[in-house]
Amino acid sequence: MTATTTAGAGAASAEVDLSVDLGGGNGALVLPNPIVTASGCFASGREIDTLWDVAELGAVVAKSVTREPRQGLPTPRMAETPSGMLNAIGLQNPGVDTWVDRDVPWLASRGARIIASIAGNTVEEFREVAKRVGASRDIAAVEINLSCPNVSHRGLVFATQASTAAEVVRAVRSALPAMPLFAKLTPDVTEIAPVGRAVVEAGATGVSAINTTLGMAIDAETGRVKVANGYAGLSGPAIRPMAVRAIHQLHVELGPDVPIIGMGGVRTVPDVIELVRAGASAVAVGTATFADPFTARTLARGLGEWLSRRGFTSLAELRGQVHRWPHHP
Amino acid sequence: MSVQGRDVGPVAMTCVVVDRRRYGRYWGLTLSAPEIARRAAPGQFVNVAVEAPGTLLRRPFSIAGVSLSGQVAGTLDIVLDAHGPGTGALATIAPGANLDVLGPLGKAFPMPQRRVATLLVGGGYGAAPMYYLGGRLRAAGHRVNFLIGAADTQRIIDPITPKRMANQASFTTEDGSMGHRGRVTDLLADDLASTGAEVVYACGPNAMLAAVGAICEDLNVPCQVSVEEHMACGVGVCMTCVLPLRGRNDKVANRRVCIDGPVFSSTRIAWDESRWAEPAPATVDALVDADRDAVEVEATGDGSFRSGVRTVRPQEAR
Repeated sequence: MTATTTAGAGAASAEVDLSVDLGGGNGALVLPNPIVTASGCFASGREIDTLWDVAELGAVVAKSVTREPRQGLPTPRMAETPSGMLNAIGLQNPGVDTWVDRDVPWLASRGARIIASIAGNTVEEFREVAKRVGASRDIAAVEINLSCPNVSHRGLVFATQASTAAEVVRAVRSALPAMPLFAKLTPDVTEIAPVGRAVVEAGATGVSAINTTLGMAIDAETGRVKVANGYAGLSGPAIRPMAVRAIHQLHVELGPDVPIIGMGGVRTVPDVIELVRAGASAVAVGTATFADPFTARTLARGLGEWLSRRGFTSLAELRGQVHRWPHHP
Repeated sequence: MSVQGRDVGPVAMTCVVVDRRRYGRYWGLTLSAPEIARRAAPGQFVNVAVEAPGTLLRRPFSIAGVSLSGQVAGTLDIVLDAHGPGTGALATIAPGANLDVLGPLGKAFPMPQRRVATLLVGGGYGAAPMYYLGGRLRAAGHRVNFLIGAADTQRIIDPITPKRMANQASFTTEDGSMGHRGRVTDLLADDLASTGAEVVYACGPNAMLAAVGAICEDLNVPCQVSVEEHMACGVGVCMTCVLPLRGRNDKVANRRVCIDGPVFSSTRIAWDESRWAEPAPATVDALVDADRDAVEVEATGDGSFRSGVRTVRPQEAR
């Protein structure tokens, strides 16, 4: 890279509009840039803030909180797989009250925009956690984790069925009438679009896709599972094509007015653009943070230059922009 | 971040591999990393990015030593066992190559408040941070003794270093190829008595640490251990590397090894609530291997210790 092109790109990138509207068009939630953290991949925010300023992010999507504190699952909780990793943490978290009292004010004091992530075993628990999260004025939006794969039985993955997913969203909406809500969906369904349709009709502002997909790894020598929980969530570049496909299907189904937070294996600026072209409004960085804790900042800083070099003046104009192919749905 | 005028906390650097050498079955790398070396303390670790097909995550390594003087402004040493694609790639990296390193990470061993005799217990490549700690303790005027154990001679890192540094250095191997035939726990009580050590530091497989901690507790000797757990991020965000720890009121909670540790007081660890309560396999090293996604890489047999270590340098290196 020569000095001339760097200077040229730097000057031009100031004109690129990276802002994204996650409020469903009413301006209730506008992020300065589309890069957010994937829930569960950023802990409280303090850890990364020792390395770089977390306010540079579009928003911090926090780790899912539950009504009671949870210690999570036994170790080993992780196994690296080809271009991916399996994890089964089991929603270890300090509980919603501790999070709201301790971590939210700190994030707010750092100038970060905060998207809460809530989880529960029952519809009632979701409603209660939503209420307690809603008591904080510092929360900009709430992501409803309908799809954590590491729960005691698959019946608790609410997003595997449109009806149960919608039931949870209705309960959270009744507790938080004015809050932007995002339903986080699992790719482990035959058709994701109807689930997306159901949660939006139930009151979700938008959707987040995708959560990890269920996987498993066994040691060939010992016959032992590599993650203590046996089944575990697969993430990383290995699942990016699944994310692109799911986001595209959801965007086609829901149309341009429904915001989508896209995630799944994003590591580079072209990865971000790929998800935006598929239909993502904002893009979350997850597993890549584990490999390089600076990833999200690198993407937030590099996106404008990538766009300006190609003559784009805003990120939004690329959303959903994929050439039609012969059998386009 | 700065504490009492000293910069602490991790930095990300591109480091040049200055030297690579063989320690029996293991490999030692020396990296030029002045800023990390300046901030480091014994017990801390670095996270090294690897370029190997299909790998994604960095590999954590205890810091095995630092040097702030010499030809390169500041270097740090790591020791690795080539047991998978990531460590395999690092074991074959040529001096002169670049590595992306993040560190120093984690909490260091607490130093004794007054002058005491210490006993440093290392198992397998867990001996690596013990040599670093031994140097620091000696420089601070403490008496340093070593008890180093492994499955065989091939897995004892550079035995000259502890011999040179220590008032007393004992070795154990399970096959009897060096020192006492057996495990470090066979000698621990005797070595505590003969050295008069008032504090024990240990690093090695978790089963060994649990056993060492139990003996120390019986003998009322404080014991600091550096534990090993699968780690994805090394900076506290992934919640992968947790260990059950006793807090106040004996309440047990999962703590992150990467930022709350890896050094803990042994009495705080609730081993019985961790997976390490499972029956241990036959040998210490079998446990080390089962602990990883192990692909056995056999030592090629040219790594004996007759003359200390053998340094591997490629032709193009100066």
